[in-house]
Amino acid sequence: MSPALFGLVLAGGASTRMQRDKATLQYHGKSQLEWAFDLLSEVCAATFVSVRPEQRDEPLRARFPQIVDRQPGAGPIAGISAALQEHPRAAWLVVACDLPFLTSHVLQHLIAHRDPQRIATAYRSAHDGLPEPLCAIWEPSAREAVLAHLAAGKQCPRKLLIASEARLLDLPDPRALDNINTVEEFGAASTALGAGANDQAPSSNAGKEADESSSAAAPSRDQRPVKTVRVQYFAILREQAGCSEETLDTAAGTPAELYEELRSRHPFKLAPTQLKVALNSEFSDWRANLRHGDTIVFIPPVAGG
Amino acid sequence: MKAFSFSKTALAPATYRAPLEDSAAGGYAACEGWVRNHNEGRTVKRLEYEAFEALAEKEGERIVAEAIRRFDVLRAACVHRIGSLEIGDLAVWVGVSSRHRAEAFAACRYIIDEVKHRLPIWKKEHYEDGDSGWVNCERCGQGGSG
Repeated sequence: MSPALFGLVLAGGASTRMQRDKATLQYHGKSQLEWAFDLLSEVCAATFVSVRPEQRDEPLRARFPQIVDRQPGAGPIAGISAALQEHPRAAWLVVACDLPFLTSHVLQHLIAHRDPQRIATAYRSAHDGLPEPLCAIWEPSAREAVLAHLAAGKQCPRKLLIASEARLLDLPDPRALDNINTVEEFGAASTALGAGANDQAPSSNAGKEADESSSAAAPSRDQRPVKTVRVQYFAILREQAGCSEETLDTAAGTPAELYEELRSRHPFKLAPTQLKVALNSEFSDWRANLRHGDTIVFIPPVAGG
Repeated sequence: MKAFSFSKTALAPATYRAPLEDSAAGGYAACEGWVRNHNEGRTVKRLEYEAFEALAEKEGERIVAEAIRRFDVLRAACVHRIGSLEIGDLAVWVGVSSRHRAEAFAACRYIIDEVKHRLPIWKKEHYEDGDSGWVNCERCGQGGSG
């Protein structure tokens, strides 16, 4: 049996290029720290926030269970090392808080392909093919290697993963781990993510921009393989579609493309910015990769309570 | 009893309250949401709740777990009605037991607020004039809820 999986949000960085604390940025209607924490909490038995000693009482960070760096100044590997020492029997799903395009689906894919026999399971960078240590599962067996790496005066977690032959996976979505370091990148990411980000475009344009950016990011859809997917409809969409579900063959690569296609067949009036998406009964992202056999639900504005 | 569940029949708060009893508890707070006879200036005759149950149950459990963790309360639960409801019917129930009352109030408030905003549950109102509409969905640009 694999060791229990705990979550660790790395939020100890100095954010010097951003000139403000990256953990406080908002793309999804809440601070990036809280968003990453919630994402990990969905898939981990327990979740913690990694902090440097002087960050423990900051209002944003004080709200969460914390793991305090034992070798502050060593960068992210200090946080990973502290977690592996604090709970030596747990494996750690480590995620940096500056990954606004990360999705639950990407984490679940990593967990599904985890190899507990290696010291870590990580994604290959879509940019250079090297391991991405800051969205990776670090097994309990990594503890000795991390401590030895630090003792040798080395701090780069990526080099450690290369040297220790971590299990490497291809990203289900090449943009998923794009990180954000500058004010300019933050602006571009906020626009790409559309509604929910602060600094967003005026609401009359938000839907249009989100649509354009998602289709611009996707390869030509003629080259996409056709897959069979199931779409379930609820409430106003069920009435407008005239059915509660349908199975269809589509070349759409993402929920955004699929909704666009469905709008040409059904009189759906709600814009994508008014909807959320669920993939296989979990909240998902408009840019998630659709696969053969997936079940998709478009969620109209809710009104429970 | 699950931390969050749906009911297709009338809610029964007494049966939901019992599992929250705890000898370490000094406070208990509950919140009930009732079907009222008007909304946004229109007379409501009855309404229907519909839910994407598979996702709402998971997200509802997460909300209750978050409340227990954030406010350090002892126990908490939430039950939401689905189906056809009449005026005065109980639509949602939340209960929290804790060592002291302040945390119970806060956790109760957190759960009902998050349930309203996050769970895939929809409400169709039937009005006196025979018209009907899905709350928050019928008028474009009026997204969100609460």
